[in-house]
Amino acid sequence: MAFETIQPLHMLTEEKEGLKHIALEETHQSLGAKMVPFAGYNMPLQYVGINAEHENVRNGVGVFDVSHMGEFIVRGPHALDLIQRVTSNDASKLTAGKAQYSCLPNTEGGIVDDLLVYCVDEHTFMLVVNASNIDKDWNWIASHNHQQAEMINISDRTSLLAIQGPKATATLQKLCTHDLASIPYYSFIKGSFAGVDNVIISNTGYTGAGGFEVYFDKEHSEKIWQSIFEAGQEFDIKPAGLGCRDTLRLEMGFCLYGNDINDTTSPIEAGLGWITKFTKDFVNASNLKEQKEKGTTRKLVGFEMVDKGIPRHDYELLDAHGIKIGIVTSGTMSPTLQKPIGMGYVSKELSAEGSEIFVSIRGNALKAKVVKIPFLKK
Amino acid sequence: MNFPDNLLYTKDHEWISIEGDTGTIGITDFAQGELGDIVFVDIPTKGKTLSAEAIFGTVEAVKTVSDLFLPVAGTVLEVNAGLEKSPESVNKDPYGAGWMVKVKLTDPSNHTGLISAAEYKQLIGV
Repeated sequence: MAFETIQPLHMLTEEKEGLKHIALEETHQSLGAKMVPFAGYNMPLQYVGINAEHENVRNGVGVFDVSHMGEFIVRGPHALDLIQRVTSNDASKLTAGKAQYSCLPNTEGGIVDDLLVYCVDEHTFMLVVNASNIDKDWNWIASHNHQQAEMINISDRTSLLAIQGPKATATLQKLCTHDLASIPYYSFIKGSFAGVDNVIISNTGYTGAGGFEVYFDKEHSEKIWQSIFEAGQEFDIKPAGLGCRDTLRLEMGFCLYGNDINDTTSPIEAGLGWITKFTKDFVNASNLKEQKEKGTTRKLVGFEMVDKGIPRHDYELLDAHGIKIGIVTSGTMSPTLQKPIGMGYVSKELSAEGSEIFVSIRGNALKAKVVKIPFLKK
Repeated sequence: MNFPDNLLYTKDHEWISIEGDTGTIGITDFAQGELGDIVFVDIPTKGKTLSAEAIFGTVEAVKTVSDLFLPVAGTVLEVNAGLEKSPESVNKDPYGAGWMVKVKLTDPSNHTGLISAAEYKQLIGV
């Protein structure tokens, strides 16, 4: 059999040499993680298996180490101006302790990256970006920083753990005094957590399972990791790898940069109109506004397979006549729904819910139907 | 990991059990472990006569798709129907319930390209 996994695994000895290392790499290895290169970092793909980890996050509580993610502090009297200029969402709506999902549009109609914008106070923001885009984003934002907002890249000294699942709040509540249940979605506090000061505890995530993300100085990584696992023991807390992070986010229809959105996809056609606010001026706003008003020729949709087959990234999407109408951007067997699901760009005519489309899988056109996302209904 | 001595193996991580002119074929314990949770086994070649190393199907894990190569030339007689409902059998029991196809061998005496359990273990470094 031709393995996509085995061959890279054997080649990793060479590839791994240039990789960056997260603080808890040895901890993950000692837990039996299969480590793979991801966005330039040596990261845990899975520990016991993607399906088991997926289910544990949906039904219990799991911990993702996503310390590869990038964090930039932007501060000073012109910090908000800079963020308003480079991001699509309206950051002026943020107050201290609030966060928002946003993206960095480029001038060609595409997306430099998607990100979270945290408002620490009126003049201090934290931007959380994808690991693979840290340098690209930094340079892009810096190139628009004409009023000299202070920018600090804290990516290399910051650890980020995502504690996700219905038992996450009860687990983490043992480690801090602030009432976590009182923190609304997309809000955060900064305080003492597991005996460590200055930890950001944010009611956010990428799983749809509920829970928190905690940001802290990486020197405390071991202590915080151990504390979380002790606190979660009664809920059978388990580590969760990037493999199930992808299946969890896809069940929710969340976009993954590099798959569903990239330098050539517009936020409007990607269904990110809700984070594209024309209440302010920003990079490429006039073109995106025109797209929003006139509509786009293609749209990102979710679909489920009708015929037997699993859609995968880059497979072609066809109409009933076999004409190519787009491309699969993400696809998997959904562990929760136990059926194959995918997302992809299709022509506007075939983007309505219920539309019949076809996925080209190993030379066969297999039937699928467009469905509403999220795939997983509450 | 388990590699029964009574089976023959390929460097592409298939196993074959030969009885007379019939071969039963699957993937090795090492292969299933590397792939992780197997969610779909697609074998569209029933009834076809294929040469050695021809692709007879694909096995899909949650995140990966891998081609399956026929260890020796033959005609695909039977596909394991149990894998349609329970593809995870390949993970749980790769040499038993996880078998994939039965093949009528074109030349039962030709074992070119097949290696012993000991040789296979050496190949994967266990």
